Amino acid sequence: MSGKPRLTYLNGRGRMESIRWLLAAAGVEFEEIYLETKEQYDKLIKDGFLLYQQVPLVEIDGMKMVQTRAIMSYIAGKYNLYGKDLKERALIDMYVEGISDLMQMILMFPFSPPDAKEKNLDSIKERATNRYFPVFEKVLKQHGQDFLVGNKFSWADVQLMEAILAVEEKVPAVLSGFPQLQVFKTKMSNMPTIKKFLQPGSPRKPPPDAHYVETVLKVFKK
Amino acid sequence: MSGKPKLYYFDGRGKMESIRWLLAAAGVEFEEEFLETREQYEKLLQGGSLLFQQVPMVEIDGMKMVQTRAILNYIAAKYNLYGKDLKERALIDMYVGGTDDLMGFILMFPFLSAEDKEKQRAFIVQKATSRYFPVYEKVLKDHGQDFLVGNNFSWADVHLLEAILMVEEKKSDVLSGFPQLQAFKARISNIPTIKKFLEPGSQRKPVPDDKYVETVRRVLRMYYDLKAN
Repeated sequence: MSGKPRLTYLNGRGRMESIRWLLAAAGVEFEEIYLETKEQYDKLIKDGFLLYQQVPLVEIDGMKMVQTRAIMSYIAGKYNLYGKDLKERALIDMYVEGISDLMQMILMFPFSPPDAKEKNLDSIKERATNRYFPVFEKVLKQHGQDFLVGNKFSWADVQLMEAILAVEEKVPAVLSGFPQLQVFKTKMSNMPTIKKFLQPGSPRKPPPDAHYVETVLKVFKK
Repeated sequence: MSGKPKLYYFDGRGKMESIRWLLAAAGVEFEEEFLETREQYEKLLQGGSLLFQQVPMVEIDGMKMVQTRAILNYIAAKYNLYGKDLKERALIDMYVGGTDDLMGFILMFPFLSAEDKEKQRAFIVQKATSRYFPVYEKVLKDHGQDFLVGNNFSWADVHLLEAILMVEEKKSDVLSGFPQLQAFKARISNIPTIKKFLEPGSQRKPVPDDKYVETVRRVLRMYYDLKAN
């Protein structure tokens, strides 16, 4: 047993990618097991690994953790990325939850039927530019600090960075109206742990393709 | 300013109900402003009160908090319902995540067509009895304690009771295979703050009806076309 956290998921982004980002940002090495067949998944369930029969699963500190938010809260708390007090934690939670709503749209996108894809892409663009990015642009402008909360690197910064890059993959010029976010993106990209995660060969997963969608449907088929 | 938290939402359950439960369980009195018109909602939006243009919104300790989970996390921690350390918090978060997913299936129920409602009712009961209730039944059986986590009343207990009662509204005998949960339900319902919340006249909201659905749709201009899971 290596002592490193062990992640069980498909070999792709999905709901595990935010967890990979957070561990990487915290400088924590981790191992991964990839689900490729329904049999593997059924065995995990049969062996009692999955509390609610779902992945992500992260084995960490003797726990078999499930529920993406629970896992991320634990990692953020453990590695001091969760603010210094209750009020900073409240801000981080609000920001992370908001970004997570945007990420949910991106998560579901590969699974939308072909005739809905254009509409869904427009929704992602609209929400990012009218609802979510303006909030963080304003936060950064108002306090003029490098990080979203408490003048210190936190889970909120990691989550926002992930979201910016994910939206840019779909809407390349999306940051054109957001100068603060452009600066933020550059600063985050240069933080050593994030810089490392953004390099080829890191555990970061590529955008979901047809093969990933096919694997998801196959593994989780009822 | 009264110092009490103030909740901004519709006069109905929706995403605010878990917040009402938790405040009530913690013995915290709160005020409510009910959204009844589009104009009220637009006024909140224009006033910059809604960070992501959405409700629930709770004014608490000088903050205008949004995002249900953020609000619940804050209340749980402030009132010592979030465990004693990181690992207990992890367990509470995992358990609440499960009951949250289960209650999520019920959240959309009132907005479905009559035909989809029957489909969804069966889906809710199936998930409750095969995926969620067995987990909590086992947790309670394995440690034999009164509460889910750390032998101490926590947010996880409040959330589970709320979920149990909501599923029972869809199928009244749904706990018949779960003796631990039956005992749990009786125990938690007798905690003074919860007992008070379960009495008529409390701020607990009734099962959503057509009027509630119509108000939400009219105020938000959304949720016209929801489908069953």
